[in-house]
Amino acid sequence: MSEPFLVGENLTGGYGSADILHGCTIAVDKGEIAVIVGPNGAGKSTAMKALFGMLVLRQGGVRLEGRSIDELTPSQRVMNGMGFVPQTSNVFPSMTVEENLEMGAFIRRDDFTDTMTEVFDLFPILKEKRKQPAGQLSGGQRQQVAVGRALMTRPKALMLDEPTAGVSPIVMDELFDRIIEVAAMGIPILMVEQNARQALAIADHGYVLVQGRNAFSGSGAALLADDEVRKSFLGG
Amino acid sequence: MDWLNALIVLANFVVVPALTYGSQLALGALGVTLVYGILRFSNFAHGDTMAFGAMATILATWALQSLGMSFGALPTALLALPFGIIATALYLLATDRLIYRFYRRQRAKPIVLVIVSAGVMFFTNGLVRFIIGPGERNFADGERFIVTAREFKEKTGLSEGLAIKTTQGITVLTAIVVVVLLFWFLNRTRTGKSLRAYSDNEDLALLSGIDPERVVIVTWLIVAALATIAGTLYGLDKTFKPFIYFQLLLPLFAAAVIGGLGNPLGAIVGGFIVAFAEVTVTYAWKKVLGYTLPDDIVPSGLVQLLSTDYKVAVSFSILVLVLLFRPTGLFRGQSL
Amino acid sequence: MSRDLAGTASEQVTLRAVLLAIIIVVLLLLTGYLQSWNTALVILDMGLISAVMALGVNLQWGLAGLFNVGIMGFVALGGLATVLVSMPPTIAAWSAGGGRAMLAILAGAATIAAALFVWRRIPGGAVRGLTVFAVLLVGFVLYRWLLDPAVDAIESVNPAGTGYLGGLGLPILLSWPVGGLLAAGAAWMIGKTALGLRSDYLAIATLGISEIVIATLKNEDWLSRGVKNVVGLPRPVPYEVNLQSDPAFVAKASELGLNPVMASTLTVKLAYAGLFAVVLIILLLLAQRALHSPWGRMMRAIRDNETAASAMGKHVTARHLQVFILGSAICGIGGAMLTTLDGQLTPGSYQPLRFTFLIWIMVIVGGSGNNIGAVLGGFLIWFLWVQVEPIGHWLMSLITSGMADGSALKAHLLASAAHMRLMTMGVILLLVFRFSPRGLVPER
Repeated sequence: MSEPFLVGENLTGGYGSADILHGCTIAVDKGEIAVIVGPNGAGKSTAMKALFGMLVLRQGGVRLEGRSIDELTPSQRVMNGMGFVPQTSNVFPSMTVEENLEMGAFIRRDDFTDTMTEVFDLFPILKEKRKQPAGQLSGGQRQQVAVGRALMTRPKALMLDEPTAGVSPIVMDELFDRIIEVAAMGIPILMVEQNARQALAIADHGYVLVQGRNAFSGSGAALLADDEVRKSFLGG
Repeated sequence: MDWLNALIVLANFVVVPALTYGSQLALGALGVTLVYGILRFSNFAHGDTMAFGAMATILATWALQSLGMSFGALPTALLALPFGIIATALYLLATDRLIYRFYRRQRAKPIVLVIVSAGVMFFTNGLVRFIIGPGERNFADGERFIVTAREFKEKTGLSEGLAIKTTQGITVLTAIVVVVLLFWFLNRTRTGKSLRAYSDNEDLALLSGIDPERVVIVTWLIVAALATIAGTLYGLDKTFKPFIYFQLLLPLFAAAVIGGLGNPLGAIVGGFIVAFAEVTVTYAWKKVLGYTLPDDIVPSGLVQLLSTDYKVAVSFSILVLVLLFRPTGLFRGQSL
Repeated sequence: MSRDLAGTASEQVTLRAVLLAIIIVVLLLLTGYLQSWNTALVILDMGLISAVMALGVNLQWGLAGLFNVGIMGFVALGGLATVLVSMPPTIAAWSAGGGRAMLAILAGAATIAAALFVWRRIPGGAVRGLTVFAVLLVGFVLYRWLLDPAVDAIESVNPAGTGYLGGLGLPILLSWPVGGLLAAGAAWMIGKTALGLRSDYLAIATLGISEIVIATLKNEDWLSRGVKNVVGLPRPVPYEVNLQSDPAFVAKASELGLNPVMASTLTVKLAYAGLFAVVLIILLLLAQRALHSPWGRMMRAIRDNETAASAMGKHVTARHLQVFILGSAICGIGGAMLTTLDGQLTPGSYQPLRFTFLIWIMVIVGGSGNNIGAVLGGFLIWFLWVQVEPIGHWLMSLITSGMADGSALKAHLLASAAHMRLMTMGVILLLVFRFSPRGLVPER
């Protein structure tokens, strides 16, 4: 099998002296949606942060397009094509929607009006509210700003940390629709999600993490169908 | 009821001085609020930074004057301002590199930075006195008045005169220009927006590839300009004495807090609120009342709420009131 | 094993304290030999007072992490206390307007109390705001109507000599605890308002209050004679002239090989030093007991983790208020001692910039959180502050010795030597805070 586009292999490490991840492996390929699910404290967000370089890894490494990126800081990884949407505090609340998108494209020196148009096409509500401060938008709309902001760099891979946290089911569906559209543009998407069932439903690949280790891996559909997975994490 | 004369007295002794003082405070408070919003600490050294900036401008003014240069009707100090700003910028960048950067990298608690800024204040105060001496320096030249009281009375025929000093006019005009430039910079340029983004959400700004060191440098440059201009205008208008700038610290912080620490528009509004409050509360209203009330009920005393010695009490009281009732300030800056 | 290590660390701290104390004693002795014993004693007296104030500040910083920039205000209140307690009352002034002035102050206090009462009773909204404003306005007018003529009357009674109400004519030593009480009262008022907010807001608020206190002392002549100063404060120690005319004293002095004048000044200064030392030791002992008491441990626990402490139900702000009041009271006592030593109340001499930050340097250099460290820091920094000036002059003469006499630069540099003190102190603060933030004698 060819090398996945983005892979974090055998990740072991934590924030201080205690390890949170114990040799887990996460990968995503072009045009794919990969989802990381698991119980609370399983290390899902930690694994994502490891891929982004916000964690000290004792073992294992991260590769993008076959090249190791372990030495790069998070800002440098952004410049190398990774996009990251944090779970909280993921917009500039006092700046307008349009300014948020501009800041998303900060590292770009070329004209990014085309990209902004694409983002507005993807999230029409943002175009409507482009002059409003992002902090005044509803939760779901703010999440759209956050995703749009990350897309402004035309990332090669997009990582989302619990994008539907705290939003209503309707908004969650809409967000997932958008995420599928983004993936359809060819961008590999790696997503940590609490809403495991709905997330696995749209996932090409799923990773179930338990206590920092890979417990189950497979296609989204396969995991949904698996009895053990269903009983443990999906409530039967 | 002599409304016209009453208005002129009001304008001459309250409105014009308050507008001038308010412009100076606004520029100073802008510096305070920017450091708070972007660098996230209360800079106790800002008053003495203004003193440093004024001192540098004075030295440059003397140099220009000795070369025989002047600015006609306007003070030569205006020509010297760029040099003063450059000197202050270098000084601030040096203090940042040598002192503040260490604590910033450590993500030290805000109170630590405040204490450190107090040390910088101490040092700067001594440095200014060391370089230019502790005495009073009058460095305004050029035309003193735009319109004198006598000219005004002659032209209008009123018994009360309105005098507008050149320095007062310059202060207000310069403040307007500076504010417009600053807001253009913050809202329409990429660098300016990156400063706002950094102030708004530091982690996300870093994630967006905004270089924190660049933000810090640009901030100190702007602060240097603001402090130098404010300090020079204050020194031109009133007089230059190294120790008066420390006394501005309280009104400056009151202005910034009233407007909402971290909010530039708030700093400007706060500056004028403090200035007008100070002037109106310490003004002797007898004359105005004399023109507006019937003769028999005009009070015999000066009708001065507080003597000018208690100016500091005015800004302090406003500060306390704001802290008690609306700590985030009028424009909702960043409170805790 | 770990007990041993802890013991060693604690022993190290004690060792440092002892070393520092020895160094200070040696410095004082050297000053006495090389300059004069008079100078050494002057430094000692002020050093003792500085130590007391540093102790007060250390309580606030070390136990609660409070950055109180308003120390000068509390010191000034202590100074006011000496006047109010020990100066003889000016009977004529009291009969001219004293009663009315007291009435005015009561009216002012009643207005504030009424405003607070209204604020608490009426539910929030425009009505409440307007009512409070009306109460304050009426109260203010009443206060001024009562006060202004009284003040004029009082100040016109022999303005050159008195022109003020005077005091209670009690022994001046009583003013020391009274100064503490006055400062405590002011601290209670400020603390209630400004504590519980961000730490830099507290700093700004305390700065403001000290400026107002000092402005009041400078301007309310009827209370404190303002900038005319109150001279001739009674003394707790003998007067030099009295000693010089006492035959027994003169005889003792010549036995020691001293002329009467020198002996009398030295004796007086030593007497002050003795008094101050007694106060310092009492306060230090009390502070140490407080530090090691359960209350002290709780305070430090709160300081180290405020969120956890308040989650456990500790009323953090109330505790901070206690420390704030105690520390400020100690500064007030120090202020009374200072004015007693001066023999006069000079409102113009209270300069917030210099003295406040000097005391902070004492605390930080000495050892924040360690009472003994703060006290020793008080001595050391005061010594340096005094001696840096002659050293600065000497250094400057050295630097400018190569320059032509009468050159403007040379004159300027020589004159500026005094300002090097400020710069030096600023640098010391920054250096110590950066490289040795726990100070010379750190907290255990």
